Amino acid sequence: MSTTTRRRGRNFTTPEKVGPVPVSTLVAVVAIVFAFLFPFFFESGSGFIGDSTTALIYVVMALGLNIVVGFAGLLDLGYVAFFAIGAYTMGWLGSSWFSDANVHVGVSEVLQKQPGIHLNWLIILPCAAAAAALLGAVLGFPTLRLRGDYIAIVTLAFGEIIGRIAVNSDEGFLGIGSFNLTNGRSGITPVDKIDLPFLERFTTLNLRPWYWTALVLALVVVFINFRLRDSRIGRAWIAIREDEVAAVSMGIPTVRVKLLAYAMGAALGGMAGTFLGSYINVVNADQFEFSFSIFVLAMIILGGLGSIWGVVVGALALSYINTRLIPDVFNTVPSKLGLDFDLTQLGFGIFGFLLVIMMVLRPQGLLPEKRHQAEFADVTGGSGDEPVLEVRR
Amino acid sequence: MESAAIPERPPRSRGELAREVFSKYGLIVLLAAMPVWFGIRDLADDGDLSRLANNMKDGLSNGAIWALIAIGYTLVYGIIELINFAHGDLFMIGSFVAFGMIGSVGLTIASAGLGLFLGLLLILVISMIACGTLNVMIERVAYRPLRDAPRLAPLITAVGFSFILQNVGLLWLGGSHTSVPDLISSQKELFSIAGVNVNNGDMLAAVVTIPLVIVLVNFISRSRIGRAMRATAQDPQAARLMGINVDTTISFTFLLGGLMAGAAGLIYALYQTDVWFFSGFIAGLLSFTAAVMGGIGNLKGAVLGGLIIGVIQQISDNRIGTEWTAAIVFAYLVLILVFRPQGLLGEQTREAG
Repeated sequence: MSTTTRRRGRNFTTPEKVGPVPVSTLVAVVAIVFAFLFPFFFESGSGFIGDSTTALIYVVMALGLNIVVGFAGLLDLGYVAFFAIGAYTMGWLGSSWFSDANVHVGVSEVLQKQPGIHLNWLIILPCAAAAAALLGAVLGFPTLRLRGDYIAIVTLAFGEIIGRIAVNSDEGFLGIGSFNLTNGRSGITPVDKIDLPFLERFTTLNLRPWYWTALVLALVVVFINFRLRDSRIGRAWIAIREDEVAAVSMGIPTVRVKLLAYAMGAALGGMAGTFLGSYINVVNADQFEFSFSIFVLAMIILGGLGSIWGVVVGALALSYINTRLIPDVFNTVPSKLGLDFDLTQLGFGIFGFLLVIMMVLRPQGLLPEKRHQAEFADVTGGSGDEPVLEVRR
Repeated sequence: MESAAIPERPPRSRGELAREVFSKYGLIVLLAAMPVWFGIRDLADDGDLSRLANNMKDGLSNGAIWALIAIGYTLVYGIIELINFAHGDLFMIGSFVAFGMIGSVGLTIASAGLGLFLGLLLILVISMIACGTLNVMIERVAYRPLRDAPRLAPLITAVGFSFILQNVGLLWLGGSHTSVPDLISSQKELFSIAGVNVNNGDMLAAVVTIPLVIVLVNFISRSRIGRAMRATAQDPQAARLMGINVDTTISFTFLLGGLMAGAAGLIYALYQTDVWFFSGFIAGLLSFTAAVMGGIGNLKGAVLGGLIIGVIQQISDNRIGTEWTAAIVFAYLVLILVFRPQGLLGEQTREAG
């Protein structure tokens, strides 16, 4: 307890002490420098750079979910909804989908000739973040008075509702009307490429600018996460997670703080959504399934709930397991064992297994947050007066 | 935190009472909205309600399946306050076991009479036992080690097991729908009352579900271990002091939930004549909605909720479109949780008091 307060205090008041740089900072700096130089070791269109780009965007999503689940302790199982909102914002505002409209802001000459709404990604990004944040707050509102596991179910239901709307809104809504909003499973395609100044042209052949954009986005989000965690709001989130009753009696406005958590988490999910929509070049309803929410949840659990670097590591690890390890390395294992199945199909079974194993053996994650670690140690240490089953409102 | 919409007892102010009455009848109005609306439309169109009646009959048969699954949710939630996410997928495994056993037992479409009856009974027992055992094992591996951990932990392992079971299903029968031999010719009309056709499938649902529910309700209210279950649900600490083996009791609760899921699996396989590895996910959510609707922890509530959800689902399938059903049921779930988290018949959990 005392150590964490001291660390937090230093961030605000006293200037940094001059002394040896901590090892963890050194590791972080080296890792970041390496991350920036990394694309030069591969060809510009290498699949590995592509996978790394996806991995970095998953880091953004995982950090967003980490705010809701890790900091505020609100188990959100419908996170995919915000990814969907971000991706559809990108699809609607950055493609020829609304072909009647003719709006072009800050896009290349090629795009200016095409019909539809074409806005620069830098404009879409805040729009998507705002839309997702609004949706996050709206979806969060009904859960405010509910208990932990009911929150999980309500968010899951919301995620599924958004998913269903995405699949079925190609012919009206609830069987009423006949407008086509999402184009269902076929999806909106092609989506405009991100177009940024000072970077090489974004094409499918040259993946380096994609990678650097994703990297910068991820680093900014990591920074935001750190600042949020150490801010007044961040402390309020953690207080709510630890003990809601105590937090309320300390004067924390739970409603506002919880809604902020939902909105912040959602905004990051939406931002990641715009990038992925443009990067994958298609926004279709199949991307927004429940299993994706679990995929992101698995990342933060693997890394350690609430621990920012842990979440980064967890997201990178799971994403590489998904794109590299399972299809490339392990896919031959079943046939070698004389079994006939495709391991890539079982990706989510493996993640499920990972969730169980992590929770049972190392519930605090790979790089646990100190406070969380203490919590787990405290409970599993079996202090005598701890009730057999926790009863909380 | 103020105690949500759950009223404090015993002294209740007039405002609270009014709120409870409002929320309860509000929920009933909400639930009645769909049948009434389509009933009025039918009457306006051709003055005949038999289509709605048939919808409701189909809904009740489907609802019997959801009711059996919902019992599993509600029992487990009542005793350890865990939403057993894997329960829907357990039901899916049950339907797969039933499908697999049809071949092993040697039943074909040609089977009839006593052979068919005994064969089905055997399959029912096997799939029930399979699911019950599996559920106990899952509890042992995934939930028991985490009983003292923060509440998020077992919920996450439950989600994990849900995925594992789904993938077991995927490996077992592949990713596409598998059709089940229509042993009982489930769509064949058995008899007809006032324009409502009761088919063989409906009869099967009733014949399996009603006795099971009656036995279960009596078992829990009368038997020694049923008493132990209720005691553990109320206060595990005190129950332990009274000499109840809490671990065994919890395992037993999972066993009962699994047995019901297995029975539901058999009905589903024969009634829908189709099994699919992903059916458990939707079934789980529908049934959980049912359990919450009836009042979680409340056995009779789960059955009532299951039947209501079945009817809503059937009407939505038939009138609005199958693709929207899930969204509609989830919308109901959200509305119920927001306005009346204690459900129709009231929660029976420790937190509800």
